[in-house]
Amino acid sequence: MNSGKREDILGRIREALRVPAPRLHAEHGAAPAPLVPVQPRAWLPSVPFDAEGQLALFQKNCVQLKTDLQLVSGVEAAMKTIVNLRNAHHWTMAAAHHHPLLDQIVPALGLETQYTEERPDSKSLEKCSVGITACDALIGQTGSILLTARSAGGRALSVLPPHHLVIARVDQLVPDLPAAFELLSARYVKNYPSFITFITGPSRTGDIERILVLGAHGPKNLTVILIQ
Amino acid sequence: MLSSLAAKFKNSSTKFTADLGHRAKIRTALKSYEKARNGTQSQYQDWQAARTAASTIKWEAINHLDAYLTEFVEKLTARGTKVFWASNGQEARDYVVALAKEKGARSIIKSKSMTSEEIHLNEALRQAGYEVVESDLGEYIVQLREEPPYHLVFPAMHLTRHEISDLFQEKLHTPPTDSPEELTMIARRALRLKYLEADIGISGANFGIAETGMISITENEGNARLTTALPKVHVALMGIEKVIPKLADLALFLPMLATAGTGQQITCYNSLIGGPRQPDETDGPEEFHLILLDNQRTQLLADAEQRDALHCIRCGACLNVCPIYRNVGGHTYATTYQGPIGSVITPHLRGLMDWKHLSYASSLCGACTETCPVKIDLHHHLLHNRRNAVAQQPDPAERFAFRAFAFLTRFPGLLNRLARLSRHFMPLTNAARSFLPPPVKGWVASRDLPPIAAKSFRDYWRTR
Amino acid sequence: MKINLFIPCFVDQLFPSVGISVVRIFEKLGHTVDFKEAIFCCGQPLFNGGYWEETRGIATRVLETLAGSDPVVVPSGSCAAMVKNFYPELFRKTPQAEAAVQLSERVFEFSSFLVDQLGITDLGSRFPAKVTFHDGCHGLRELHVKLQPRQLLERVKDLTLVEMEDQTSCCGFGGTFAVKFPMISTAMGETKSASALETGAEYLVSNDSSCLMHLQGLLSRQNQKLKTIHLAEVLASS
Repeated sequence: MNSGKREDILGRIREALRVPAPRLHAEHGAAPAPLVPVQPRAWLPSVPFDAEGQLALFQKNCVQLKTDLQLVSGVEAAMKTIVNLRNAHHWTMAAAHHHPLLDQIVPALGLETQYTEERPDSKSLEKCSVGITACDALIGQTGSILLTARSAGGRALSVLPPHHLVIARVDQLVPDLPAAFELLSARYVKNYPSFITFITGPSRTGDIERILVLGAHGPKNLTVILIQ
Repeated sequence: MLSSLAAKFKNSSTKFTADLGHRAKIRTALKSYEKARNGTQSQYQDWQAARTAASTIKWEAINHLDAYLTEFVEKLTARGTKVFWASNGQEARDYVVALAKEKGARSIIKSKSMTSEEIHLNEALRQAGYEVVESDLGEYIVQLREEPPYHLVFPAMHLTRHEISDLFQEKLHTPPTDSPEELTMIARRALRLKYLEADIGISGANFGIAETGMISITENEGNARLTTALPKVHVALMGIEKVIPKLADLALFLPMLATAGTGQQITCYNSLIGGPRQPDETDGPEEFHLILLDNQRTQLLADAEQRDALHCIRCGACLNVCPIYRNVGGHTYATTYQGPIGSVITPHLRGLMDWKHLSYASSLCGACTETCPVKIDLHHHLLHNRRNAVAQQPDPAERFAFRAFAFLTRFPGLLNRLARLSRHFMPLTNAARSFLPPPVKGWVASRDLPPIAAKSFRDYWRTR
Repeated sequence: MKINLFIPCFVDQLFPSVGISVVRIFEKLGHTVDFKEAIFCCGQPLFNGGYWEETRGIATRVLETLAGSDPVVVPSGSCAAMVKNFYPELFRKTPQAEAAVQLSERVFEFSSFLVDQLGITDLGSRFPAKVTFHDGCHGLRELHVKLQPRQLLERVKDLTLVEMEDQTSCCGFGGTFAVKFPMISTAMGETKSASALETGAEYLVSNDSSCLMHLQGLLSRQNQKLKTIHLAEVLASS
C-alpha cells in the first residue's frame, strides 16, 4: 500500500505556515508573554520530597481509586498475601510472565498458570481469574502503575483477565509523572517497547448518568503487592 | 436568509430549550463535572502556568508542523508502522475499506475516535459489508440507538438508566434493570467475544509524539487497550494537528486532559503505542497502520489568526462550561465537533456560509476561553468568523440596518428626538406583540420591554 | 481631575439615572465631569454582528471626540471592553492604530476606576436592603472586574450582599444574540434569574445595564418582585 498524499499535505502545511501566527494570544495590544521554560513539576500537584511521604501519597491515591494496595515486609510475606488473595477472590486459574520477583511468588498460588512466554491464545487467557505482572514504576503523585509490553508480559495480560495483580518493590516508587517519563527515557531510549501504559486504578466508566462503575472492560479489581 | 442548517439549528434550539426536563438533566451532569474539576484543578500548584506552558508547547508543534510530522512518521515507519497520509475523509475511508478487504476481515472492533465520526468511517465500513462494533460504553449505547454522540467526551450524557435499560432490552434482549452497574456488565459481556474475534481494531489517538514515534491514547474503560492488543491488525486514525514534540510533554498533557475533560487527576489508562508487536514481545498486533488525516485542517492552519484552534486537545471542557451548550444540548449542533470549539472550527472544516450560524449562536461570555487548558482564544474567534462571514456575503437587509444606524449616530440630537417620539408607541408594542418585526418580536415573546426614559441622559446634561 | 464620561446608548435612552448617579458620585468626590454629546454609541452591536468596517466609521468618531489625555469612565462592562480591548484590534494596521491604543489605556469601567485608579471604596453611601450581584461577562472576563464592585458594596451602610450560585454564568443578553436566538437567551436568563431569586434578595445589582435590562424584562414578565438596579445607583444613594 502506498503512503498516500504525503507531499500534498506537507506542501499545504508549508504554504500555510509562511504566515506567522501570534505567539499566545496577545493581551490586546500588549507584547506577547515571554516563552516560559516548561517545568511541569512546579505546576502539577505537589509531591513530598521524601520517600515515606511519597509512599503515603501513593497509598492515599490507591484508597481513592479503589486500588487494593497490600504492603508486605518481604517475599515470604508476599507469598502468604497472594494465597490470601487467591482464597478471597476464588481464583481458579492464573496468568503471568516470567520475572525474577514473580518467579519467587507466583508458584505459591498453587494454581494452573499460563505464562505469556508460551504465547497462550487470547481465548484461554480470557478464562484466567487473574493476570499477574511486574511493573516498571509506581507513581506517588497519581497512584499509577507504569508498565510495558516488554516488562509485563505483553499487552493483554494486564487488561484481559478480570483481576490484575501487580507485584512490585517499594524502591520502584517514583515521585511524579515527570519522573516516570524520565525513567522511561533512561531505560528504553535505545529501543522502546511497542506498548507502554500508565494504569491508574481499576477500569471504570461514568457513561451512565455519570455514576461511577468499576470493571467496564478492563479489570474490575487491581491489586498491588508492594514489598518493602 | 437562513441556510437550512441554520434553520434546523434554530428549530432544534427551540425544542430543547423548551424541554425543562432535558435542561435539568444536562445541568445536573455538568454541575457534577464542575465540582470534580474545580477540586482537581485546585490541587495544582499553578494551573494558569500549566495552561500557558501547554499552549506554548502546542504553538511550537503547530507552527512547525511539517518538521514534527516528518520526524513522527520517520520514527514510526522505522519500527514497522505503515503510515498513510489522507488528504480527506474519502481517502481515509477507502484505505480502511481496502485494508478490511485485503485481510478478509469479518468483524471489526473500534474504540472511541471523534476523527472517525468526522469522516463517517463506520457508515462506509457498514456499506462495504463489515460489522463494526463500538466498544466504548457511551459510543456502544448511541450506536445501538443509531444516533450521533451527544458530547465529545460523554457520548450518552443525555440518557437515563431507564432509557439505556429499555435499549438493551430491545436490542440485546436482556432483562430490564435500573442498576448502572448491571447495565455496564451487560455491555461488558456483550463485547467480550467481539474483542476476541475481531480481525481489525480501529482506534483514535489523543496525541502523536514526534520524538519517539508513538501515539498516546487516553481512556478509562480499557476498551482501547483491548482493541489495540487483541486483533491481528490495528488501525489508528489521527488528525495531523495532534502531534506534539516530546515524550515528556505528556507529563503535562495527560493530567491536564483528564482534569479539564472529566475532573480526574489522570484517567485510568494512558497508553503509548509505537508500532506493531516487536520481535521480543509475546503478543500484540502483527500490523499497525496509522492514518494521518488532513480533511481541511491545513485550511485552518492557513488562517494565522485562528491557527491556535488547532491546539485543541479535545477535552470537552469548553462544551461543559458553555451556557449555550447547556441549554440546547449536543445534537443541536448537528456536526461532529460541538460547543465552542466546534463553532470555531466547523466553518473552516465544512464551509463558512453553511456553518456561520454556530458562531452567531453565542453571547460571547468568554467562559470557554477562560477554561480552555491550551488557551485557545475561542470566543474571539467566534467574532472573527462573524467578520469573515460578513466580508464574504453580508445579509443585505441587516447591513442596510446597521449602515443606517451608523449614519444616524452622527446626529445624536436627531436620534434623541426620535427616541422621545417612539415613547408614545411603547404601550402599543406590548399589545401588538405578534405584529412586530422579528428582532423586537423575539424580545417581547418572553420579556417586557424597558420603557424609554422621559428624559434621556443627554437631555439631563443639556439642562443642568 | 477632569473625567470624561462615556454614556452607552442604552444608558442614555433607557437608564439615564445610571449616568446621573455617576455624575453625582464624581462631583461629590470633587472631580469635574465632562460628557461629549457628539458620541452616541461605541459601535459594539455592529462589531459583534461582524460589520467591522461599518464599526470603524462609528469608532473613528469616538476616537476623535475622546482624543486627549483625560481618563474615560464607562458605567458598563461591555462598552468599556469594546473601547478598551476591541478598538485596538479593530484599528490594527490602520492609520488610527496608535490613537486606539492610546485611548484604550485611558478607558476604565466605572467600579474599576473608583477602586483601582482613585483608590476609593467608601463613598459614604447608604442602601438598606439585601442585594445580590451579577457579574457582567465582558466586565468579568475582558476587563477582570470581579472584586471591585464587591469592595464598593461592602462599604455601603445597611446593605447586605448575598452571593448567588453560578454568579459568573452569563445572563444570556449578549447583544443581538438576545433577539437572534431569543429562546436560548431566555433559557439562560431564566437560569440566572432563578439563581438570583433563590438568594431572597430584594435587589439584583450589576455593573452592566444591558444585563439588567434583559433580566428585568424576564422578571417583570414573570411578575417577580425582585428589582434590578445598577451599581452606580446604589452607590449614589444616601
